Amino acid sequence: MVEWTDAERNAIATLWSNIDVGEIGPQALARLLVVFPWTKRYFSTFGDLSTSAAIAANPKVAQHGKTVMGGLEIAVKNMDNIKAAYAKLSVMHSEKLHVDPDNFRVLAECISVGVAAKFGPSVFTPGFQEAWQKFLAVVVSALGKQYH
Amino acid sequence: MVKWTEEERRIVREVWEKVDIDEIGEQLWARALIVYPWIERYFGTFGDIFTTTAILNNSKLAALGKIVLRGLDTAVKNMDNIKPTCASLSRLHYEKIQVDPDNFRLLAECITISMACKLKAELNPQVQATWQKFLSAVVEAMNSQYK
Repeated sequence: MVEWTDAERNAIATLWSNIDVGEIGPQALARLLVVFPWTKRYFSTFGDLSTSAAIAANPKVAQHGKTVMGGLEIAVKNMDNIKAAYAKLSVMHSEKLHVDPDNFRVLAECISVGVAAKFGPSVFTPGFQEAWQKFLAVVVSALGKQYH
Repeated sequence: MVKWTEEERRIVREVWEKVDIDEIGEQLWARALIVYPWIERYFGTFGDIFTTTAILNNSKLAALGKIVLRGLDTAVKNMDNIKPTCASLSRLHYEKIQVDPDNFRLLAECITISMACKLKAELNPQVQATWQKFLSAVVEAMNSQYK
């Protein structure tokens, strides 16, 4: 089981309470699709993803960004058992959606860049970055757990 | 050789112009050492590098931060020749300093986060894509002399 220090729990709680999921979610997905364009393969039913402007304006991208953040909220609320909380999500991504699990890591990176850009250096300090990236690494690992 | 569009060249130059070498140089080591603490292994002679405060007050790390960013500046000025430009640095890191090359990627990530903090909304998806393409070219060049 993952051990969290009080400082790390505080960092995650502070960041999460200030994150606007309607803003960060869509942005993270837009970053993913622009910076790592092969990920568009998973969103062939989303319509126009041909340019960064089209991606930024795409309502399905925005909606899915919010869905992803909803998933992250489950992890925030279950920090001591993220693996169990994510079991069904992991099975879904493996068996139904067939997502290459390396993409979880890459999406996590995009979320972190968005959070850094939002909060700036005085909030997203090295200590907060450590806690946040540790948290996302646990989420990424939990999502990959049911793959075989 | 990496191919760059005019737009990508412009973006890399414009982003780089906004970088304060002292500011980002400090931050990138603080982030790297706190988020990836095994990196401390490479800094046995640097004194206290174990808390954010200590790292930010450490003059050896500040100096090294500037050196790293000056290296990046050279890459910005030689975008069509990043690999040969970095060749001797790569050999130095392989033969003399013996750095695990996976750390180049991690340091690049910390540079991107530091710049996201600084540039905020300006580091939009398009700019991020170009900037990360540039850093990937640098990371690959730093790996090039490893066998």
